[in-house]
Amino acid sequence: MSITVDNLFKRYLIGRQRPTGDGLRHLLDQAARNPIKWLASKLKECKQDKAQFWALKDVSFKIQSGEVVGIIGRNGAGKSTLLKILSRITEPTKGVVRLKGRVASLLEVGTGFHPELTGRENIFLNGAILGMRRAEIRRKFDEIVAFSEVEKFLDTPVKRYSSGMFVRLAFAVAAHLEPEILMVDEVLAVGDLAFQKKCLGKMGEVARGGRTVLFVSHNMDAIRSLCHRGVLLRNGEIQADADAESVVESYFAGLSTGFDHHQRNGYGLALQKVSLKNDKGKETRQFYPGEDLVVEIAFDAQKYIEKPYFTLAIQSSKGHCFAANMLLDGHRPKYLEGKGLITCKFKSIPLLPQRYTVRMAIKANNGKDPIMDYEDLGSFSVVANLEDYGYKGEFQTRVSEATSVVVPYEWQLPDGTTASIALNAPISVN
Amino acid sequence: MNELVIEAGRTERQYWRDLWKYRELFYFLAWRDLLVRYKQTVVGIVWALIRPLLTMVVLTVVFGKLGKMPSGGVPYAILVLCGLLPWQFFSIAISESGNSLVNNSGLISKVYFPRLVVPTSSIVVGFVDFLISLVFLAVLMMWHRFTPAPTVFLLPFFVLLGLAASVGCGLWIAALLVEYRDFRIIVPFIVQFGLYLSPVGFTSAVVPQKWRILYSLNPIVGVIDGFRWSILGGDHQLYLPGFAVSAICTALLFSSGLWYFRRTERTFADVI
Repeated sequence: MSITVDNLFKRYLIGRQRPTGDGLRHLLDQAARNPIKWLASKLKECKQDKAQFWALKDVSFKIQSGEVVGIIGRNGAGKSTLLKILSRITEPTKGVVRLKGRVASLLEVGTGFHPELTGRENIFLNGAILGMRRAEIRRKFDEIVAFSEVEKFLDTPVKRYSSGMFVRLAFAVAAHLEPEILMVDEVLAVGDLAFQKKCLGKMGEVARGGRTVLFVSHNMDAIRSLCHRGVLLRNGEIQADADAESVVESYFAGLSTGFDHHQRNGYGLALQKVSLKNDKGKETRQFYPGEDLVVEIAFDAQKYIEKPYFTLAIQSSKGHCFAANMLLDGHRPKYLEGKGLITCKFKSIPLLPQRYTVRMAIKANNGKDPIMDYEDLGSFSVVANLEDYGYKGEFQTRVSEATSVVVPYEWQLPDGTTASIALNAPISVN
Repeated sequence: MNELVIEAGRTERQYWRDLWKYRELFYFLAWRDLLVRYKQTVVGIVWALIRPLLTMVVLTVVFGKLGKMPSGGVPYAILVLCGLLPWQFFSIAISESGNSLVNNSGLISKVYFPRLVVPTSSIVVGFVDFLISLVFLAVLMMWHRFTPAPTVFLLPFFVLLGLAASVGCGLWIAALLVEYRDFRIIVPFIVQFGLYLSPVGFTSAVVPQKWRILYSLNPIVGVIDGFRWSILGGDHQLYLPGFAVSAICTALLFSSGLWYFRRTERTFADVI
């Protein structure tokens, strides 16, 4: 057994907003009369006024050495907390974890990179932070540099790097760790597509090398292709623990309900149900290219919320596709109070047949404070025979591998012929 | 294959072994701080000379020339610099190590390592500045054709004492700052007042006899007196009862700092 987790609990204390109606004068008055007592009462307030929140509740599982396990769940499900405990960054409140073998965890790419230092210096610094020996780094130095593709800029301060170069260098260092247990959190969400592929390849290599890998990701395709097994967390509990394929399915199936953990941020906004409908008003998870996609969100605002900004985004495994963003268009509700419905219709979605997720974020009146961070609300697939939309033969796979969104277009070739790609309506094949 | 057990309150069992294992991280963090410290400054490392030089000039003028304080037969500038050296080391060390955890919060919340590495490695920066100032002191003494007392070989002992005081105080501040950011405002006060409350610009001999023990509760008093005694000798004798009090305070500061740091360390990632 490589990792054994027994009845793991983790409690966080989170600050609650305090009533601040006392006013400065009252405060000064109190502080001046009896400073010691005032300070003591302040400290006490600080200690007491915390709400409890269980990030993990009775989590148990066992992982054999050589297994590659994907941990999935939506924001706040406890994935990161679990990884933080396993990598000893924070302590569990209750429960025991046993780890056998050298552990390396990668919760973020480029942790400890210093912008003022050069690429070369940062390789050494970051290696040491990740637990590599100096001799080990020196031995792998050339390999790391080759992997990162930034040879020319090795002696340039990292602050002058493009974000892509930065990520490549950072991942290159981490990729050359040689642990028996590797834990990775969401690090592939950054960087360009080609590099993400390279990283996934490297991780697959690690996995095939007989090491134990724990992989947290929102990228369900990556989970499916890399992991043998999946663990689905929901509100701090294990909801499913089976083969990756079926756990991913149950993740998608459970997306549109059960958002209750959102009450923890003090705005008191609960999402009750999210439905996806087509242009006929029928609830579905399958769409054709060019159909309308209607996202309907039933919410319950326990408190009055003034002029929030909603953002709805459609995402595929290739990344962001398109969004409806009130921060950009300015059309927002005057207020939310009690139960209500908000709907957005994306007209004739020009999407290729793939799997998509609908994500939403809500920001407060000032446009900055998050009422809700980006969260997966649901998923749908687009189904089509690409032949009908103007793609022939091998070009069907070519386009599907390259992109997700194709706006309908038409070529006028020099010889007078026209050719069109129309993801809005099937082309009648003559 | 050795097994690692993670459990509430238990992760700390193999702490000291881990600390040894992560010694390279200590070097690298110190090296990083040193590299970064004077990057994109025009005069660079010369700042390590300018700061004590200017402070020395001001204190010499104010206390020596205007205040006409006794110097015990030593050029006043040398007297001041002997006190300024340990003081400046202490003040840089506590500000650097005090802020170190919060400045490295990205590391704390994303990677495991014994947290003691961070505040202790950031003291190295202050120590390098200290060594540079020490060279400056030697040059100043040659200029004045002043021969150090034979007790000068005891200086390393007092340097260690200053180091212990700095580490102790730095650990307290670093750990407290994680939860109470008030200390970000308090530390500059300590540094500002400390310069005048400690015998930097004057000798502690000017403090009335009946207050000397009380005065020595400040751990830096013992360190500075030790520096002056070992380097200057002559009139600058060590007032032993006072020195003992200072040394005990330093030991207390060091051990309590370590204790408090270790006690709060495991929740750093949660509250930072």
